[in-house]
Amino acid sequence: MELVLAAAIGILAASGVWLLLRPRTFQVIIGLTLISYAVNLFIFSIGGLRTGADPVLHGGDIAQYTDPLPQALVLTAIVIGFATTALFLVVLLTSRGLTGNDHVDGEDGTP
Amino acid sequence: MPHQLPSLILCLPFVASVVAWLMRGRGHNRAAWLMTATALLGLLLCLWLAPLILAGDVLRQVIPWAPGLGLDLVLRIDGFSWLMMLLICGIGALVGVYARYYMSPDDPLARFFALLLAFMGSMLGIVMSGNVIQLVFFWEMTSLFSFLLIGYWHRGPSARDGARMALIVTSGGGLCLFGGMLLLGHIAGSYELDAILAAGDTVRAHPWYTPTLLLILLGAFTKSAQFPFHFWLPQAMSAPTPASAYLHSATMVKAGVFLLVRFWPVLGGTAEWSWIVGGVGLVTLILGAYAAMFEQDLKGVLAYSTISHLGLITMLVGLGSALGVVAAIFHIVNHATFKASLFMAAGAVDHEAGTRDLRKLGGLRRFMPVTATLALVAGAAMAGVPLLNGFLSKEMFFAETLAARQGPLLDAISEVIAVAASAFGVTYSIRFVRGVFFGRTPAELPRQPHEPPLWMRFPIGFLALTCLLVGVLPARVIGPTLQAAAASVLGSDLPVYSLAVWHGVTTPLLMSVFAFVAGCLLFAGLRRRFAEREGAPLIGRLGGKRIFERVMAVLAADLPQRIERRYPGRRLQSQLLLIVLLALLAGTLAAAGASLDMELRWSSVDPAFASLWLLGAACAIGAASQAKFHRLAALVLTGGAGLVSCVSFVWLSAPDLAATQLLVEVVTTILILLGMRWLPKRIEGLSVESRRQRFRRRRDVVIAIVAGLGVASLAYAAMTHPVADSISRFFLERAYTEGGGHNVVNVILVDFRGFDTLGEISVLAIVALTVFALLRRFRPAAESIGTPLQQRQQTALDAAAPDRAADHSLTDYLMIPGLIIQLMSPVILLFGLHLFLRGHDLPGGGFVAGITVAVALILLYMARGARWVETRLRVLPVRWLGAGLLLAVLTGLGSLAFGRPFMTTYFQYLDLPLLGRVPLATALLFDLGVFAVVVGTTILMLVALAHQSLRRPRQAPAPAAEGEG
Repeated sequence: MELVLAAAIGILAASGVWLLLRPRTFQVIIGLTLISYAVNLFIFSIGGLRTGADPVLHGGDIAQYTDPLPQALVLTAIVIGFATTALFLVVLLTSRGLTGNDHVDGEDGTP
Repeated sequence: MPHQLPSLILCLPFVASVVAWLMRGRGHNRAAWLMTATALLGLLLCLWLAPLILAGDVLRQVIPWAPGLGLDLVLRIDGFSWLMMLLICGIGALVGVYARYYMSPDDPLARFFALLLAFMGSMLGIVMSGNVIQLVFFWEMTSLFSFLLIGYWHRGPSARDGARMALIVTSGGGLCLFGGMLLLGHIAGSYELDAILAAGDTVRAHPWYTPTLLLILLGAFTKSAQFPFHFWLPQAMSAPTPASAYLHSATMVKAGVFLLVRFWPVLGGTAEWSWIVGGVGLVTLILGAYAAMFEQDLKGVLAYSTISHLGLITMLVGLGSALGVVAAIFHIVNHATFKASLFMAAGAVDHEAGTRDLRKLGGLRRFMPVTATLALVAGAAMAGVPLLNGFLSKEMFFAETLAARQGPLLDAISEVIAVAASAFGVTYSIRFVRGVFFGRTPAELPRQPHEPPLWMRFPIGFLALTCLLVGVLPARVIGPTLQAAAASVLGSDLPVYSLAVWHGVTTPLLMSVFAFVAGCLLFAGLRRRFAEREGAPLIGRLGGKRIFERVMAVLAADLPQRIERRYPGRRLQSQLLLIVLLALLAGTLAAAGASLDMELRWSSVDPAFASLWLLGAACAIGAASQAKFHRLAALVLTGGAGLVSCVSFVWLSAPDLAATQLLVEVVTTILILLGMRWLPKRIEGLSVESRRQRFRRRRDVVIAIVAGLGVASLAYAAMTHPVADSISRFFLERAYTEGGGHNVVNVILVDFRGFDTLGEISVLAIVALTVFALLRRFRPAAESIGTPLQQRQQTALDAAAPDRAADHSLTDYLMIPGLIIQLMSPVILLFGLHLFLRGHDLPGGGFVAGITVAVALILLYMARGARWVETRLRVLPVRWLGAGLLLAVLTGLGSLAFGRPFMTTYFQYLDLPLLGRVPLATALLFDLGVFAVVVGTTILMLVALAHQSLRRPRQAPAPAAEGEG
């Protein structure tokens, strides 16, 4: 389980980083989205991976529940991630309108 | 009552400052009297403390601020700070009266007095601070108010330059002081002044002693205009004269020497201290006195003389003897009285005669005899004439220089320099008084001079009288106060000293006489030469000002320009590369030191989970490869990767996350779809890839793979090494008993960490408003303005057929989905409500519910079009935002009404008729706020973006998305 998730995080991060280094704004926004998946999964995984241990109390020993704290952190991270994606999208649209191209540098000298 | 007094004295000037600020445009009288009254009241309150302080008590007031961090506001009044407070309040009152008549009614006086009052408060703060961090805070505040006062007449370039220079020098020194105080506090184990004063031996023996000392001295030297930082003070003379008298002679520049005296018991007594402090003091003493002789500007003479006298005080502290410290304290007071009085006299001359140039002035005693007499007294005190206060402290200074002969410092040379500086002092004092008030009256003065008003003469006279009283009856007038001040600094080993006018014929007296005669001769001999020169010989060219300007030009212009040319800051792509590489480097360095036993556990691999992520990985890589030419495909693939991680959340016991991720996925996709319309077309194979591009792509693939491997191994290490004692146990145990909910994640969000969530929804609201504001001024690129091909065809089709209205084809296309969505939207809304209500006990909550509701509305927009929805439904997203934030804050504040800390929740169960037993916690109200903010944010952003397509054809000036009407 851990191995698979770690590999998945790695692949998401690698794809994201590659896109981050591309010249076009759309690539960067997709890259940021992929990286945020990786980061969310990473933070989430710090609490340890457990199946069938939802942190919804129904009596009994608290050892049977998984760690709720990373989940709370990730939950807000997801929503904030949406907001920043929106902001970035609008900024890139504005920059596209102002500069006439969609290069991250604002000028289409080198692709 | 006395225990509340310190904070009262400290707050008084600040309150008065705000009041003065509010008096704008109501005449200058009130603000001036407010200043005087405030200072007098402060003085009275200080005097009330006299019995306590003179008895040797230390008054302390501790106001808890952040006790958990060991940070309290500590106000501490001992003999020395009390003496300084008397000076600050006393001279403050006189300056208030003086400024009332000096300043022109045309100036914005409310601002002037507000600044003076605020300065007074900050200066009181410095001397009263019982905590060194607090001291630094007030220290920087005085720098700031000094800056504003120097630049008060900000239309003149010299005022602006002088103000800027003073700010840069003094606040730079303040920064050093901050560093020094942090080190000092670290060494002493506390930032409390009392603890530091008690830890002198530890501090001096510590290996960090020298850097600490240097940093603190930098702070003190810059503030007190010591060589080589003295150049800012003459430039600061562009300030209005009352401010110069108050800040740049009597009080603020004394902060540096105050600090030296205050920390003498801790830092003093070492060879480093003697050499640096004594040496700098000596150089400043002679340099200031020398330069003062050659000044033509009245205030310039006084500024350099101030530098010289501050050097004298510094040197006294540097001599290393307890008697030196006593003399330093004594001279702080003496210098403040005679120099403030001289500054005011110079101001009066400037005010009445219209010039401050010594070459143009002369014989004013015939027109303003009273001022002339007063200036003569104060000038004589500055020169060190017997029966005046300057004489006494100068005698003590000579005695100490002689006594230090056997000490570590500079043998005979210091005595020679002391006598020389004293002689120069006599020369410039004579030049000042004689040049202005005696001799021939120049044929033409800018103004016909006459005696200034009574209340302008009064402060000068009062101070001159003080000089005389202290000079004649020192033991009676200043004795007990000085005794208390010295005792508070030196503690039990207070040396024996005598405050008598006549000690018999002693060496110091002979030195004084010699200096006096030499000074008179020097003046007589070089009178003509002084008047001819602009700037002092030898050192005039080597001005600190010039060097400062050069350094500033290099630091603020040349260097940044060179860096910008070298490393193009406009290229975001290369910056991102740099960031990624730095992150990789930091990660590698961190991992190099760690030794983690990473054994790969293949046995734990679940084949189903593995194949799920095989799909996810394919989606991620596919998205990466398609993002350039096939944006839609890339978006779909990204969504696929998102869904896989969503399934993983379900798999790994995180239902809340899964729900949120799923819904956010939906809205993000819609958002990007809406935005994609405005991006330029990009068709594969049109351009040939250059070698450079190919190189970049390959290089980035390598970087990405390295980054991925790094992140993967980090993640694996983190997962296989669980944290032993996390705080999560606390949350699991208390979620129900104290938060009243079964869903621990939700309880954490709305209860335990409610304050964080409040911050997060604020961020959401800010982002939404920013997006909205950016889109209001959105100008699409020219080639994306035209409607898409399909839309054009449909419009043409509709137009060609007479029986079809506009948009008819679109409605046809979306008939079935539209109907379904329209029917489903109430269901979705209800589901959102359900998610919200059950959130505290089962997966759900404000975030998820908010997005669900937003999705319902967005689907309606998509299916029926914006105009259809907006004619039927008025959604006011900005109001949702505002109401949500307000509700969340009010819920948090509600707990205050019950005497509980901010954001404490209350809960109980409630039996409702139809719904049954419903948990009702105040956290639910907070969650409602979260819900409203999320709904508002999502709808505001999506609708604003969607409206961009409607704007052009309709030629609407602004999107109606806000709908606030």
